[in-house]
Amino acid sequence: MSRTATLLIRRGEPGEAPRWARYAVPFEPGQSVLDGLRRIRTQEDPSLAFRFSCINANACKECMILIDGKTVYACTARLEEREMRLEPLGNKALIRDLVTEIAPPDERLANAAPPAPDR
Amino acid sequence: MLIIGAGAAGMSAAIAAHEAGAAVLLADRSLIGRGGATVMAQMTVAVALGDEVPDAPDAHFADTMAAGRDLCDASLAAMLCAEAPEAIRQMDRWHAGWARHEDGRLRQAQAPGHDRPRCVYVDFLNTGPAVSRTLRAQVQRRPAIARIGELCVTDLVMRDGEALGAVGFSLADGRPVSIAAKAVIVATGGLTRLYRRNSGSANMGGDGYALALRAGATLVDMEFVQFFPIGHLAPRLIGMDPIMWDPFRYKLGGRLLNAERREFIDDYGVKEDGRYVATRDLATYAILKEVEAGRGSPAGGAYLSFEHLGAAALREAFGPVIDRLAKNGIDLTRQPVEVAPIAHYHMGGIRVGSTLETGARNLFAAGEAIGGANGANRLSGNAISEALVFGRRAGLAAAARAKESKAASWHDASAHASLDLVSATGAKPAINLAALITKLQHVMESHVGPFRSGPGLETALDEIAALTDALGAVPPGAPGRFDPERLDWFDARNMLLIAEAVTRAALARRESRGAHQRDDFPATDEAWRVNQALSLDGSELVLAAVPPRAALAGAQ
Repeated sequence: MSRTATLLIRRGEPGEAPRWARYAVPFEPGQSVLDGLRRIRTQEDPSLAFRFSCINANACKECMILIDGKTVYACTARLEEREMRLEPLGNKALIRDLVTEIAPPDERLANAAPPAPDR
Repeated sequence: MLIIGAGAAGMSAAIAAHEAGAAVLLADRSLIGRGGATVMAQMTVAVALGDEVPDAPDAHFADTMAAGRDLCDASLAAMLCAEAPEAIRQMDRWHAGWARHEDGRLRQAQAPGHDRPRCVYVDFLNTGPAVSRTLRAQVQRRPAIARIGELCVTDLVMRDGEALGAVGFSLADGRPVSIAAKAVIVATGGLTRLYRRNSGSANMGGDGYALALRAGATLVDMEFVQFFPIGHLAPRLIGMDPIMWDPFRYKLGGRLLNAERREFIDDYGVKEDGRYVATRDLATYAILKEVEAGRGSPAGGAYLSFEHLGAAALREAFGPVIDRLAKNGIDLTRQPVEVAPIAHYHMGGIRVGSTLETGARNLFAAGEAIGGANGANRLSGNAISEALVFGRRAGLAAAARAKESKAASWHDASAHASLDLVSATGAKPAINLAALITKLQHVMESHVGPFRSGPGLETALDEIAALTDALGAVPPGAPGRFDPERLDWFDARNMLLIAEAVTRAALARRESRGAHQRDDFPATDEAWRVNQALSLDGSELVLAAVPPRAALAGAQ
């Protein structure tokens, strides 16, 4: 019998009532939660938004989310053979689904000052 | 001026251009200084410092040229080797944290392809993060450098062969963005994402190559994709970079074994004997030939063993990493790991002259985004060095250009089509675009990997054409907040173009050399001692053979 991990994910944009989506992904021992999220996008629902860059090295530090209420990196959290509850970081402004505003304020388009002129 | 990409090359360019007095905007599709390949570097940075043993840039140059299998652009290779020492000393003054001997000299490790110990590093597996952090701190200390993350550049804006700026969109809210600039530097890194198994960040799908091609610039050496021979394969490890075994081999040697638990590299003409000497192209070839012959490890690679070394030696060399391995259930004193070649670096890229300017005026490029310095195979350790050296050079040249011109000249009509595309509203995609990208990665891995053949490459071209048709001409949905499907569409647009570029160049090169191995043309052919330049004519990719560029007089 195939083994599954269930990811219960809080989705939506600011101003919307959050909706909870439940995805079953095949469970293979040793995988990360990020592996599960990436699999959801290619196999089931490509509209799911989450942030990552380096995939597995825990170098970019972009994939931070809440799993069962705890702040973790999705790339180092193990996928488990049970239901896991995934939410965007609570202390950052929500952008969409699991994506929050983690860029430093002065590196966002909305706030960026134009470059000082040539000297 | 605008710099696209905030890895080591882009950040070095930003610092140099700012110091030269130019107004700089540094943009990245990820967060500034977090994405890209730099942050993933595990250990080595090649530089003829002479701290470990006497050394000279000439010797580094000779090793770079030899590794490149007679195809290096000697003027770029010479610049890289001559200027790397000052770049590394500068990083040291900025507190990069290079590993040192007790007397203060920098430690330099022996890497494959080098004639002596030449590679500086930061312990433990921390070179890339340290380089990124150091440069990021220096950029931040110069507040006049404007930094914008999460900005996906989709096209350069060109008029009469000159770059006027760029168009893209903001990932956070989908808003179209246009940027007028007197000069533009492309520092977007390589194309590792074209392959299913790779060592790069998810944002490295060849963006800069596609931007440059569509802008009328020329690419070179696109057939030469470097596979890193000992990427981690099994057992599953999380929180570790797949190229992590490289430093282990530098420091401890280790044994590369086949299914019979026999060191097999000897059979391919290199005597390793527990040391680490085989170059990347050769080791990749040897491992895959063993797998093909039925002597691979269970997961389809080779074994890498440190079992003969003992716990004390392992802990001394890699202390905290040993604990992270233990958390993954791996005890190197009792078991080997399995490794296999994975896509790692691109030797090819945008063709530039000695000022790092492309064929298009006001358009510069630096780092892995350029081609030429490494020929058909890159020497271990040259990637960070070239990012620092070429980044600085491009920053200085682009700054000089920007200061020459009075004002950025923008031309609405030249940006029109690109702005229309990022503003477009398309139908909900009929296909899963994330799956389309995965399909492309499988095609490239199967047919345009380390071993190629005419029929396989033809199959790849057919598959790429079919995927390009499936992608369509309009991005799905409307501009909005962090829309992964819309981003997939723009990514796939670039990836498919560059996949075709790699495949066409590989099909044309009817010989084997360095990282390009043809099953149907297994020998190196002296007549093919030429680079292939590639440009876009309408929607057609056009190849031209050009002789390798010689060193500039007095450059070395």
